[in-house]
Formats: sequence, C-alpha cells, structure tokens
Amino acid sequence: MEPAARPSVQPQTSGTRGTRIALAGNPNTGKTSLFNRLTGSNARVGNYAGVTVEREIGIWKLGDRSVEVMDVPGAYSLAARSAEEQVAIRSVFGLDPGEPRPALVVVVIDATQLVRNLYFAMQLIEAQVPVVLALNLFDVARSQGVAPDPRRVEDVLGVPVVAVSASTGEGLGELARAVERVLVKPDLGRSGVLWRYPHALNKDVDRLASLVQAWSPEEARALGRWALLSVDVEDELVDIPEPVRREVAAIRARAEAAGRDIDAELIGTRYGWLDAQDFGIRGTATAGITERIDRWLLHPLWGGLTFLLTMGVLFQALFAWSDPAISAIEQLFSWLGTTVRTLLPAGVFNDFLVDGVINGAGSVVVFLPQIMLLFFLLGFLEDSGYMARVAFLVDRVMKSLGLHGRAFVPMLSGYACAVPAIMATRTLERQRDRLLTMMVVPLMSCSARLPVYTLIISALFPPSAKILGLPAPGLMMVVMYVFSTATALLAAAVLGRTLLKGPKVPLLLELPPYRLPRLATVTRQMWMRAKTFLTEAGTTILACTVVLWALLAFPRHPLLTHDYDADRARITASVPADAQADAQAAVDSAENAERLEDSYGGRLGKLVEPVIAPLGFDWKIGVGLVGAFAAREVFVSTMGVVYGIGKDADEQSQPLRERIRHEVRADGSPVYSPLVGLSLMVFFALSAQCMSTLAVVRRESRSWKWPFFLFGYMTTLAWITSFTVYQTGRLLGF
Amino acid sequence: MTLNEVPLRTPVQIDDIVGDRPFRRRLMELGFLPGVSLQVLGIAPFGDPMDLEIRGCRFSLRKAEAACISVRHLQVHEAAAK
Repeated sequence: MEPAARPSVQPQTSGTRGTRIALAGNPNTGKTSLFNRLTGSNARVGNYAGVTVEREIGIWKLGDRSVEVMDVPGAYSLAARSAEEQVAIRSVFGLDPGEPRPALVVVVIDATQLVRNLYFAMQLIEAQVPVVLALNLFDVARSQGVAPDPRRVEDVLGVPVVAVSASTGEGLGELARAVERVLVKPDLGRSGVLWRYPHALNKDVDRLASLVQAWSPEEARALGRWALLSVDVEDELVDIPEPVRREVAAIRARAEAAGRDIDAELIGTRYGWLDAQDFGIRGTATAGITERIDRWLLHPLWGGLTFLLTMGVLFQALFAWSDPAISAIEQLFSWLGTTVRTLLPAGVFNDFLVDGVINGAGSVVVFLPQIMLLFFLLGFLEDSGYMARVAFLVDRVMKSLGLHGRAFVPMLSGYACAVPAIMATRTLERQRDRLLTMMVVPLMSCSARLPVYTLIISALFPPSAKILGLPAPGLMMVVMYVFSTATALLAAAVLGRTLLKGPKVPLLLELPPYRLPRLATVTRQMWMRAKTFLTEAGTTILACTVVLWALLAFPRHPLLTHDYDADRARITASVPADAQADAQAAVDSAENAERLEDSYGGRLGKLVEPVIAPLGFDWKIGVGLVGAFAAREVFVSTMGVVYGIGKDADEQSQPLRERIRHEVRADGSPVYSPLVGLSLMVFFALSAQCMSTLAVVRRESRSWKWPFFLFGYMTTLAWITSFTVYQTGRLLGF
Repeated sequence: MTLNEVPLRTPVQIDDIVGDRPFRRRLMELGFLPGVSLQVLGIAPFGDPMDLEIRGCRFSLRKAEAACISVRHLQVHEAAAK
C-alpha cells in the first residue's frame, strides 16, 4: 500500500534470483507441511522487513527449473490491523522494496472448510494476481464425505484448482504441472471479478484506486478495497500514504451518514456470492471425530486432568529427560578441553582456547537438548491441534494476568530454562504478547538457580532447623519457587498494563480439527530452531563467554603477595609422597584465588562492593555474581575458586559449605548469616544473571533494546528486593 | 437475545453484530454474518471462553465479546431442515 515506494518497473519475476512464488492461505491448512513437501530441507530462514515475523524461503524443483517458494504466514484475510498482519498483503503483492513480486500465489485451502478458505483466495483473484488453488487435506475431506468437486471449483472461480494432500503426497505432481502452466502463461491463473459489489461501494473503491499505483486497474481496486477494510483511525499499519488515509476517512464518514455499513457490504458481498455457489459438496459435516475427542479433552474434569498430564510430561521432558544429553555434552566438551590443554603448550593461547572458546561452545551446545525437546513437543501440540485447546482451557486465568493463553507453555518451560522458553514465545502471534512473555519468563525459577539455592540453603540452614515447625531447608526451597512464580505473574500484570500495554484484543481462537502430526514436519521445525539458535544466539553467547573468561583471566601476571612456587618446591622437598598431590592442589587453589582477586573480574567485584554491601554481600560474592553471568550455576564454581577450594567445587561440596559457614569479614564478623543467604537467593531469583537469556531475547526480539531493558529492570528489581529483605531483616534483629 | 445467553447445543441464527470495528470486521471475515447459524458447544472450565461451531468450523470467543452478537432461535422449519 505504498505507492511512493512502488517501483515503476514491471514485476521482476525473473533474473539472477530466479522466479519466486508465494504459498499463502488460512492458518491450520497444512501449509507448512506442503511447503516442506515441495522444498525439502533447503529452506532459508529470514525475516520480513520491519517486523519480527519469520519468513521461510525454499527451492522447489519444477521439472528442469527451480523456483523460490516463500511461505507467507497463515491469515484468514489479507485485511490487516497491524504491521505484522500487513505481512500477508505485502508479500503476495511484492510490496517490500528489494523483494521480487511473486509470479504467482499458490493458495493453500483446507478442503474440509472450503468456503472460509475461499474468502481468502477471492481477495487475490479480484486483484488479478495469478493463482493456483491447492485443495489440501483432500483425503480427509473425502473420508468425511465433504469433499468439493475440484472441477466445479475451477469452473466457478475460473482459476486452476488441484486436489492435494501434503501428508500423503497425493496430487503434488498435478500441482507442479498447474504451477508450471501458469508460470508460462500467467493469464491462466487469472479470472474476472465474478462477484458484484454494490454500486455505491464501487464508486468509493474507484476513488481510492486512483490514489494508489498498481500493476493493473483490478489490482488498484483490490488495494482500494483492502484499504477500506483495513485503514482505521487507530490501526497500527505502516506505510499507508496520507492521501489514502484521508480518503478512507472521508468515504467512511459519508457512508455512515448515509446509513451504509462498508465492512458488511464488502465482506457480505464476498460471502454472499460464495454461499450461493455450488462447489459439488454433497455431504454435510457431521459431529466428527474432533468433536467427540473434545468431549473428553475439553471436559471440565477429564479435560483438566489431560491438560495437567500433558503439561507434566512436557515439564518432565525439559527438566529430567534432557539431562542425560546435557551431561553427555558437558562431558564431551570437558574432555575436549582437557585434551586440547595437554596437547598445546601452556600459555595464554591455550587458556583462551580451552576456557574461552571450547568452554563457550560447550555453553551454547548444552542448550540444544532442551531446545530440541521443547520444539519437538511444541510441534506435536501445534500440529495436532491441541495447542489451541491449551489456550482455550487456560484463557480465563492467563487473561487476568494480561497474557495470551498460548503463553502458558513458554511460561511453564521457564521453570526448566529461559532460553528454550523464550524461543517458544514464537507460538504467539502478536509482537506485544511475545515481548511481554519474554520479559517475564526469565523470572521463573529455572533449573540453573537450583545449584545456587542448594548451596546456600545447605550451608546456612541446617537440616535440623525448623521454621514454623517445618524443616527449614525444604521450606526455603518451596518459598523460592513460590516467590519466583508470584513475581513473574506480578511482573506480567504490571508490564502488561504499563510499558507493554497494548490495545485490548478480543479472543478469536480457532479450534482446528485434530490431525495426526507429520513426524517429518515436526522434526524439520525442530532442526531449524536448533540451527537458528546455534548460528544467531550461539555466536553472541560464545562472544560473551570469551569476554567473561578474559575478565577473570587477565591480567596474566599480577603481583602476587606470596611466592607460591617456593611453597611448591618446599612441598616437593619435605612432604611425604602420599600427601604430595593434596598439598600441591592446596597451593594451586590458593594461588588461583589470589589471581582471581587480582583479575579484572575480581577488581569489578571490589568495585561493586559498595553497591552490593547494603544487600549484605562482600566483594567475593560480587566476583561470584560476575562469574554467574555466564550461567547462574557458575556462581558455585566461582565461589569455589574465590575461597581457594578449587574450581571443581559443586553445590554438594562439603569444604565449600564449611567455608561459607565460617567466612569472616576483615572485622571478624561472619559474612554469611541465614539473612544474607536469603538476600542472596532473592537476588538470584530476580536478577538477569544469564547472558544466554539476554542473547536469545536479542535474537527473538530482533533488537538490543529489549535485552537491555530486561537486564535493567530485573537487576533493579533484584537490588531493591534484596535490599528490602536484608535491611528489614537486620532491623528485626536477624 | 445475545450469544452469551444461548443455552448449550441450541442452534441459533446471527441477527446482528455490534462492537468495535476491528473485532466486528474479523468476525465477519470468518463468516459470522447475519443469517448464518451457529451453536455453543461448551464453555471452558473457569466459565470463559465459549466454544462455538459455525459453518462447520470451531471458534472460541469470550462471553464479553459474544454479548456483541445478537441471535435468534432458528425458525421451526429451518431447525427441522437442519
């Protein structure tokens, strides 16, 4: 809809980039399955200009030529209210600068719901865009007895119609031939405008058509109708020329004064015509298998139980079933690191390679098991049609939090790990819903916080301690989970009403028929997600790991207060052989602790000490917080190094727990008290101490603004809450 | 009578749709037009939203929005024909 940006040349349908065709249609028509069938596994993932809507382009081998196939996001109509919805019209009409105009559009139609799907196709037909209609799911329609007669549909609409089934492969050869014919002779894919709009409406449309540039008068009128339906005082459309806006407003004002209803005229004309046609459908849809399944799955009791069970399996998969793969990856990279370290001469390059690069690569790859499992399960939930039921079942609850029902699965996944959870927000259609979910998911208590909680609780709350008659350690753990959930929900409610306040969007959710998901489609989605994570978020994470390594490893040669080499020599000379190893390790750990103190990271810890002191933390905890930025659980091993216990200390390490209990400040007072522990856990619960989360928010929001905002608001929230906890606790005498 | 008041599994016919323009337009584009019949199949566990069947498709709508759709009972002969 932007004549100003419209190139004056004829559509560029050939050239170095080859011919492009578009695949468009309603949601839930099996469009993605068909896309996969046609293009195989060679799709490249990109982005539509200006919006965070992902775009896939693949190559389809058509006889001896290959064409580019662009997968247009599913939509019920070309009409749009937002820049995201505008993607459909922009891509099928080739309105984005620098993008070729599709030579034809394959409209994917659910043959079981012909009329509603044809409403979409009509908008292309009346624009004289060459189309081929693919009646997908034809096998399903046939078995339900509601299949239309493709020849009748073709006769009625005057454009090529092919019955196909993306799941069985039926009709794909015929589809290829139809597409080839239309590519050679585009007029075969065009038809006249067969439905008659009211006279007054035609006059309005002509007025608008004179304001837009288009390839044909029919397309100009189609754009005029689009503008009449889409442009509104409060729309969020982009690139609508001011004259068009003014004209639409004027036309609508006149129509209203004359008692006309333009929306009803336009939409009513199309549906009125469609409803009057005979498409050769001989049966009527009966309460099919979907409705029978829904009597169970949407039942107040059984439906609720099935829902809990499904979500339980999903959660268990992320939390527990991914664990063997995660451990294997960790061991692999640890082995790789050890091998490289011994193969190469010791020195800064060796450390860089092992602690920076290999460790960094490991911290990227380690996310893959959870990402792949989640997207595998999400694929099944989406493609089977159950995801829409999830949204239906939880809508009442999620709505009160300002969240979309589909945000439930990402939120739940957040308990395992924010990284796959944030990636899962793409199941949400609207940018505002995605952003809001991304901003609160990192508050859910992820599994990386568990080792930190475990260490602090086990060091500071003895198992015998009781709070209100309950064992303190278990109670503290429960409290932390309840606290993080409550905070996340509260944050959603607040952000959704302030910064991410969007127009109130009514729910209009299709509950598509249940279908057996295709394994090939699901796994392909899964691989694609894994690939984009590795290439896009992964590089950022790797870079951050190297920076963090450098912070903690430089300067290389600080002035040490102690001659550790002399200690080693003394031990070699005097300590009995069986105690050698332990004694040497103790010296190493002491040296590493001092080196860490002198590193930039250590200095950073001291630098921030005045800021974190009011929370009850000393500079050593500050260093731990810096290290934890790589991943929260790294806090534990960093504290191991800081306290000279060694970098292999984990949350079960007794020496580390002992050290925490007995660590004292310069004045001899203990660093840790249960209150400091609580303050530290609260800080970990709320702060964005995870560069991978920030990297993946950057990837999914396609901007730096949101990761910075996330970091800013979570850190502020964490500081204020820890401050309140610590200072209030002190006033109360803890 | 508005759609939110219709008893379960009772076929009714759309009379008119009111409400804010984008929502009304979206409904109409999905085939919710005067004269089209639909029925409420169920209601979600917490009392909202509703599960509707129209033109052989299933849609979910909240009660607040269903109140924007005025409906009437199908004429006796139409109900019989159905």
